[in-house]
Amino acid sequence: MKIVVCVKQVPDTKGGVKFNPDGTLNRAAMLTIMNPDDKAGLEAALRLKEQYGAEVTVVTMGLPKADEVLREAMAMGADKGVLVTDRVLGGADTWATSTTIAGAIRNLEYDLIITGRQAIDGDTAQVGPQISEHLDIPVISYAQDIKIDGEYVIVQRQYEDRYHELKAKMPCLITALSELNEPRYMTPGGIFDAYDKEVTVWGRADLKDVDDSNIGLNGSPTKIAKASDKVRKGAGEKIVAQDAEEGVSYIMGKLKEKHVI
Amino acid sequence: MDFGLDKKHEMARSLFKEFAENEVKPLAQEVDETEKFPRGTVEKMQKLGFMGIPVPKEYGGQGCDPLTYIMCVEELSKVCGTTGVIVSAHTSLCVDPIMTYGTEEQKQKYVRALATGEKLGAFALTEPGAGTDAQGCQTKAVLDGDQWVLNGSKCFITNGKEADVYIVIAITSVTEDKRGRKKKNFSAFIVEKDAPGFSFGTKEKKMGIRGSATYELIFEDCKIPKENLLGPEGKGFPIAMHTLDGGRIGIAAQALGIAEGALEATIAYTKERKQFGRSIAAQQNTQFELADMAAKIDAAKFLVYRAAMAKATQKVYSVEAAKAKLFAAETAMDVTTRCVQLFGGYGYIREYDVERMMRDAKITEIYEGTSEVQRMVISGALLK
Repeated sequence: MKIVVCVKQVPDTKGGVKFNPDGTLNRAAMLTIMNPDDKAGLEAALRLKEQYGAEVTVVTMGLPKADEVLREAMAMGADKGVLVTDRVLGGADTWATSTTIAGAIRNLEYDLIITGRQAIDGDTAQVGPQISEHLDIPVISYAQDIKIDGEYVIVQRQYEDRYHELKAKMPCLITALSELNEPRYMTPGGIFDAYDKEVTVWGRADLKDVDDSNIGLNGSPTKIAKASDKVRKGAGEKIVAQDAEEGVSYIMGKLKEKHVI
Repeated sequence: MDFGLDKKHEMARSLFKEFAENEVKPLAQEVDETEKFPRGTVEKMQKLGFMGIPVPKEYGGQGCDPLTYIMCVEELSKVCGTTGVIVSAHTSLCVDPIMTYGTEEQKQKYVRALATGEKLGAFALTEPGAGTDAQGCQTKAVLDGDQWVLNGSKCFITNGKEADVYIVIAITSVTEDKRGRKKKNFSAFIVEKDAPGFSFGTKEKKMGIRGSATYELIFEDCKIPKENLLGPEGKGFPIAMHTLDGGRIGIAAQALGIAEGALEATIAYTKERKQFGRSIAAQQNTQFELADMAAKIDAAKFLVYRAAMAKATQKVYSVEAAKAKLFAAETAMDVTTRCVQLFGGYGYIREYDVERMMRDAKITEIYEGTSEVQRMVISGALLK
């Protein structure tokens, strides 16, 4: 079985957020991590590999330094890494991103594609399902459990206070929730091996069946009008109440006053 | 000369740091209070290959270098001195001598089990009458047919009773030199926990690294297979000395980690703690203390890393190891003491980690060669 896992290198919120003049993130200047939902997707793929036998290829689109997130994935147990990087691909919104990634995946063999539900920087949850549309394969999103049954996947899709169980024929795409599992640690040996491996690097020219008008900042239907860091709020008001009753009355009064309730 | 780490080592550090923060730090205070050996943490580390970091893959290890192993001890020690020394004693004092002096059979049998985490290791040289004066050792080993029979005792043994495999140094013969003076000849042995006649005595109650199991070992006609002689007969002392050279680098890393953990906690505290209407970090005395500590820690770090690199590339690295251990241990004691002071009254309260770090730091000036011994090694090399 061949599994492709899409991962994204995202800013580590601990390090603070930096923007370019055009409102897009200045990724090169920030501390980075592997997107948590993607890491869960990778862990799911590695467990399927252990259980059923599979080759796991991780794909990422990003700056050259996104190589780090591929190495991390390989140190956890992924077999191969593909970095899709090119200046013309930068500034992409979800449409352009999914077009690009689909263009890369068309060069690979796959039975299953796993992406994270959403990235902590964009929070759109669009790229995974969009990739499935570009590749014309079924998608099951919000996976909280994945099983293989011959040519089919059986997935529990999270839905508020319950879940749906769906069955789809492979090839298909699944989006993973960070609640899906507890991702494993890398091993020291895994890290050393990962850095000994070759990462495949692809640029614009390697994307299959992709139009220039659909990639990069210019190919993005969504344009960022303005971006800013969180506004630091004031210290707030601390009240010392005589008892719970008085405290609650006061808070209720304030909430009504500010039209919160 | 590149003072930075490459990406591979940076990633290894981030692994150790993440593990330390998530798995080790939350337990550190409890381990110290209860003096319980953190078996659960050790099992997690065993599964991740942390117990065989510098061991080649063909013997079940991770195939990394001494520097990577040292960084593991450092990151663990930042949050828990106990956990750091467990890995250090196992790797430097048990795995390393078997890797260096063992036969192929011994390596396949013992190194593999130790590196994959199936077994835990320890090293036993010290006796009540033999600390710095290691030659004062009295434990004897006599060859009887196809067995060695050991009699004697060892004390202050780290990972005692918890470990499955022990490197034991014992007298195998006494010879006379040209002047008729008696000379003891030592040999090294691999002793398994279940060897008949091998038992454990007192568990020591310590000032620090309280979760580390420090035990007395008792050998009463303890019988081990003939094949368990490690290295040539009579070469036990050089084997012990070489082993301690490597162990010193591990302890230096432990000391470095303790100092770094203390400084980090103190920087955060001094920013928050307000007196006289402002944070104490705004006071120049605090600033100068922090600056002094940061500079000393950096100096210690480079000595430790240099010693690790020397182990990887040189046959002999005793002086580099001695300098690293001497400086890092004294830095750890100095830094943790200053940190407790900067925390003021809270520094004395067990809920705040710095007092534990200070108690943990002290032993690094003593075990695996006291600071005085390190001075002997360094000056010995200078005055050759």
